[in-house]
Amino acid sequence: MTVDLTFNTKPTLTKRIIPCLDIKDGRTVKGVNFVNIRDAGDPIELAVQYAKDGADELVFLDITATNEGRKTFAALVLDIARHINIPFTVGGGISSLEDAAVLLDAGADKVSVNSSAVRRPKLVDELAKEFGSQFVVVAIDSKLTDDGFVVHTHGGKKPTDFNTVEWAKEIYSRGAGEILLTSMNTDGAKTGFDIAVTKAVVDAVKIPVIASGGAGTKQHFKEVFEQAGADAGLAASIFHFGEIPVPELKQYLHAQEIPIRL
Amino acid sequence: MQTIAIIDYGMGNLASIANMIKKTGGKCNIVNNAGLLPMYDKVILPGVGAFDTAINNIKINGLWDALNKFALEDKKPVLGICLGMQLLCNQSEEGVEKGFGWIDADVRKLQLNNSSLRTPHMGWNTLHVQNKAFPLFKNTEAEQRFYFVHSYAVACNKQENIAATTNYGGHFHSVIWNHNIMGFQCHPEKSHKFGMQIFKNFIEL
Repeated sequence: MTVDLTFNTKPTLTKRIIPCLDIKDGRTVKGVNFVNIRDAGDPIELAVQYAKDGADELVFLDITATNEGRKTFAALVLDIARHINIPFTVGGGISSLEDAAVLLDAGADKVSVNSSAVRRPKLVDELAKEFGSQFVVVAIDSKLTDDGFVVHTHGGKKPTDFNTVEWAKEIYSRGAGEILLTSMNTDGAKTGFDIAVTKAVVDAVKIPVIASGGAGTKQHFKEVFEQAGADAGLAASIFHFGEIPVPELKQYLHAQEIPIRL
Repeated sequence: MQTIAIIDYGMGNLASIANMIKKTGGKCNIVNNAGLLPMYDKVILPGVGAFDTAINNIKINGLWDALNKFALEDKKPVLGICLGMQLLCNQSEEGVEKGFGWIDADVRKLQLNNSSLRTPHMGWNTLHVQNKAFPLFKNTEAEQRFYFVHSYAVACNKQENIAATTNYGGHFHSVIWNHNIMGFQCHPEKSHKFGMQIFKNFIEL
């Protein structure tokens, strides 16, 4: 028989809700505008709770800068993999295939690279070739300046020569499997995702885009899915401090007819 | 208790599968030695990456013949996951190597007729059950959401091998089945309670 692969019906792939856990010395932290840091608890406990609550994926970002801290993080990834059974991405300080391999072996589903890809874009090709595109998330920190949307590094402090949309296209062509796009203009402000930059990136590439930075209400998620076409919405403190519980957010989105996994 | 061999040929996230089996009360080992395969009762063939690399790695590790014997002569249960499922088929558009051909199916690049859709097909999607008799669907919920990450999809040549379909642009065959040979395009090990039930059923086979 011939199998019909082109029969079209309403899409059933759901939009993803992704809590992000910033990790320092084995604990979850979250900066507001990347400056103030508050302790938001034990990462494993949080992760298990999020999986139960229906989070679709988790992201763990290691903001430890020391080698000692890196080793702690790899051990933590091993522990996370033992405790949760939803996909998770890890990032922070990955600049070589060896760094990525350690985290893959520890049980991570994807790695996210940021400054290291800006420094050496070929890293994206190498990671995609070695581990497959599905393993490679490129995080982009973008800020609107007089020169338009500009890629920044070092937690948003240092501008680069890259235009955000051009950089997104470049890493897409180099084999990135997904883009984690954070707007430094809206991050921490809770005034809503940056629709303009998210839509510009979504329209420029054919890989999934995770929107990040600025979520303060449930409506903000609806907006970024409907108006910008993001595949996933990422947030941290609003989840960690229980301001918007994940189940409540998903019920709301479902009622608003956004495809969501309940 | 029966022991499951999770095949290690250098591709994929084996720890997650092992963790899930242990959590659901099963017993498993990660196995890369073909000579040890006859000691096991069931096989899980995982895999993430490129089709030809996978087939070549399996051959280099001497696992090709041992797996063929396990599946065809001993007729023991084999569960392929993601790329591991695609390896059960005849061939793939992604490469030139032949697959195991245990299920009469071919692997094609996802054809997206809607330009807003992206590849890889990444995220949680629904299994539309086509055959309720499939043993791994025992006691599963009505709405089955699983986590997918892939750019190629399976197309069976025989209706009887289709256990479930999934819609992404078009329908593809997300769960396939031929007697002791079973394949999931999605990742049950990453699909929370939905996936746990699949592993529980596989352990109890």
